[in-house]
Formats: sequence, structure tokens, C-alpha cells
Amino acid sequence: MLRIESLDVYGLEAVSFEGARGECLAVQGPSGSGKTVLLRALADLDPVEGRIFLDGTERNAFSGPQWRKRVRYAAAEPGWWGETPRDHFPQNKGLDKLVRSLGLNAAQLDQSITQLSTGERQRMALARAIFDAPSVLLLDEPTGALDTKATAQAERVIKRQLKTGHAVILVSHDPSQVKRLADRKLTIRGGKVRVGQV
Amino acid sequence: MTQSSYIALTYWDIAMAASLILINGLLSFAFRLGLERTLIIAALRMSVQLIAIGFVLKFIFIQTSPLWTVGLGLLMVLFAAREAIARQTRRYKGWWAYGLGTATLMFVGLLAVFFGVGVLIGPDPWYTPRLVLPILGMVLGNTLNGISLSLETLTTTAQRERASIEARIALGATRVEALSVVTRQALKTGMMPIVNAMAATGIVSLPGMMTGQILAGVDPVEATKYQVLITFLIAGGTALGAFLAVMGGARLLTDERHRLRLDRLEKAAQ
Repeated sequence: MLRIESLDVYGLEAVSFEGARGECLAVQGPSGSGKTVLLRALADLDPVEGRIFLDGTERNAFSGPQWRKRVRYAAAEPGWWGETPRDHFPQNKGLDKLVRSLGLNAAQLDQSITQLSTGERQRMALARAIFDAPSVLLLDEPTGALDTKATAQAERVIKRQLKTGHAVILVSHDPSQVKRLADRKLTIRGGKVRVGQV
Repeated sequence: MTQSSYIALTYWDIAMAASLILINGLLSFAFRLGLERTLIIAALRMSVQLIAIGFVLKFIFIQTSPLWTVGLGLLMVLFAAREAIARQTRRYKGWWAYGLGTATLMFVGLLAVFFGVGVLIGPDPWYTPRLVLPILGMVLGNTLNGISLSLETLTTTAQRERASIEARIALGATRVEALSVVTRQALKTGMMPIVNAMAATGIVSLPGMMTGQILAGVDPVEATKYQVLITFLIAGGTALGAFLAVMGGARLLTDERHRLRLDRLEKAAQ
């Protein structure tokens, strides 16, 4: 589904790997090793050399916005531009159900963003990222601010994405979460990226 | 125009007026504002620049040559462009730092001269420096203010709102959509001074040009006609200048793949 060839990401050796439909790749490495930079490069948020293919079509065949509608990055610290979470979704159909599946109350969609806790905002951001069903999800510590129960709910939603054929590349500092979700892992250490089994 | 009651000033009158700057100096000293040196330089600069331009204008008015008029007009545009970015917190790297302001001011200046002087006032010859240069100066002075405020708001807000802009981009927004909140804010800030000035003109303040004409003996009603025309020219020029600078600036802050490129900015040396 996603094929990366000699991607020249700042601070890392040339990166090459593939991610299949329904597969979860975990990205691990110490803080500052380049995990976020790699995810941003895959989402075409920063200019990088190298080739990325989605279902055989190279990234440059898509416009930037078209690519990012398919290859979706969700930042560890999500940004907001509207007053309420609902302002950040393109439509309402299926939205209440999605946020409930993440352990949130549908009424919170109309609360002010500033009234939501960090964990609630993080789950809203996850909902926002998967709402319009992108092909590939690039999740940067999606449960970093969540308690055990909310993490389990978020993981169930991520697993559902995998079951329906989406690919997930997940940055996580939690080895047990990597075991629960990932099929393979990318380990970044000293600028080198190694693909291995979980 | 009549010049029935014009009273010429001597340099002694000007020197007496300059003593008023002592009030600023005393305040700065009393409240330890540290502005004494800046005040002296600013006051000297203002006096020397204005007296010098007085002689330059006198010379150019005598020539009545399109080359001299266009030459001084170009010089004014270049200085205005420099001033437009002189106090920016963050500037575009490379020649765009000056290019954006210069191109915008050039366009607005040309439009103001062609429309304001050429079409509305219609002097003969069209390049009459006595009309072209002061009007160009007033339009440029206000437009550079609008451009400066707009660009400052655009770049500092884009930096501050980076997370929300990139969140929109990551969700598939185009650069226009992603920067819409920032560009709206920047445009509003750029246009605010002229809107405020228009609302207050005539009640709170009497504009400098109109006051100058009245002091020179022109009928007040005639002076106000000119002032209204100039104010509309300034308002249009400022709005157009702010719009062009914000659109150009927003485009430079993003690339053809609709990515936010804050790396194209550099913090200006203080």
C-alpha cells in the first residue's frame, strides 16, 4: 500500500520500507531521534528528497492536499482553529458515534476546545484524523495523554481501522502498546532506521 | 487656488518650535525611558530630511520634466519599501524581504498617480511634479504603514498559530484555507488605521494636507475637496497594498505542495 524508497529525512540515513494494507508499523526510538520528522515527511508536511508511493502511484502525482487526504498525520500535540471540536469536522454524519466509541460524550463536540481536558482533546484529534477515512494513518503518540481506559478505547478504534484495510504507522513510547497493535516496528537509533519484528 | 494670506516662516521660527522637543526629552529623562538619544536623532533626521526635500522639490518643480518626477517617485517607492520592512519582527529571507514591499508599493503608487492625478485631477502636463509627488508621497506613506502592519501580523500570527495551521494542512486543506484565519487577521490589522483615521477626520482631527492648504490661504471648502479625494486615494491604496502584501506574503509562507514554510522567515536583528 505505502512504499518508501530512499527517503532523505533530515538527520536520518536514507529510509526505505513498505507498509501493507491493514498493517500497523510502530516507530520507536529515543526522544529527538527523528520519529516525528519521519511521520511529517511521509505526510508531505516538510520538503524531503526520495520517493513515496501509495498503491503504486507516486506522491508527486497527487497535489499536496490530495496526498494528505489519503496519508493523514495526527500530531502529538494537536492544533485547533475553531471554537468547538465540531468546527473541525467536514460534516456531522457518523460523528456522534465515532466520538462515543472513543469514550467521549457527543455533547462535548459543542463545548469550547478550551474546556476539554488534554486527553479529551487528544481523542477528538484522533476522531478528526480518521473521520474521512484516509488510507494511511500516521499517528504520533495518539494515546500519550490518555489513562488506561481511554487508551484501550483508542486502541479499539485504531484496530478497527486496521481491520477495514487502512495502514497505520504509529509512534509510541509504550512497548506493551506496540505489542498490542503493531505487526512490525521501525527502530530509529543514531540516525539509522531498522525494520524488524515486534 | 488663492494665496491671499500666506505668511512665510523664518528659520528662527522653526528653531523656536524645535525647542518643544525638550518636553519629550524631559519626560524621557524623568521616567528613565532612555529615549533621549533616539529623540535627538529622530528630530534631526526629520528636520534635515524635510528641509532637504524642500530644496529637492523646489528644483524639480522648476524643471517640470517627466524624468525628474518619475525618478524622485521611484526613489520614494524604494525608501517606502525599506521602511515597510524595517521594523518587522520576522522577515522573509533573501531579496523577497524587499521585493514584496517594493512590488506592492510600486503597483499602488502607479495606480494612485494614474487614477488620482491623471484621471481625477487631470493636470496639464500629467506629470506636474507639484501634484504628482505630494500625492504619491501621501499614498505611499499610508500604504507602507498598512503593508508593514499586515506583514507583521501575518508572520507573527503564522508563527504563533503554527500548530493549528499545520493541523488544517494535515487534514488536506489548501494553503488558502489553512491560512485563512491568519490572512483575515492580517488584512484587518493593516486596514484598521485608515478606517479609524477616516472616521475621526473632520471631528477629532484636521488632516495635515488640508490644514497646510488652509494655512497657505486656500479656501477651506476647496481644501476639503482635495482632502476627501486624497483620503479616498489613501484608503484605496492602503487596502490594495495590504491585500497584495498579505496575499504575496501568504504565498511565500507556503510552497507549491501547500506546506507551511516558516523556514523562509528569519528573525530580524534588533
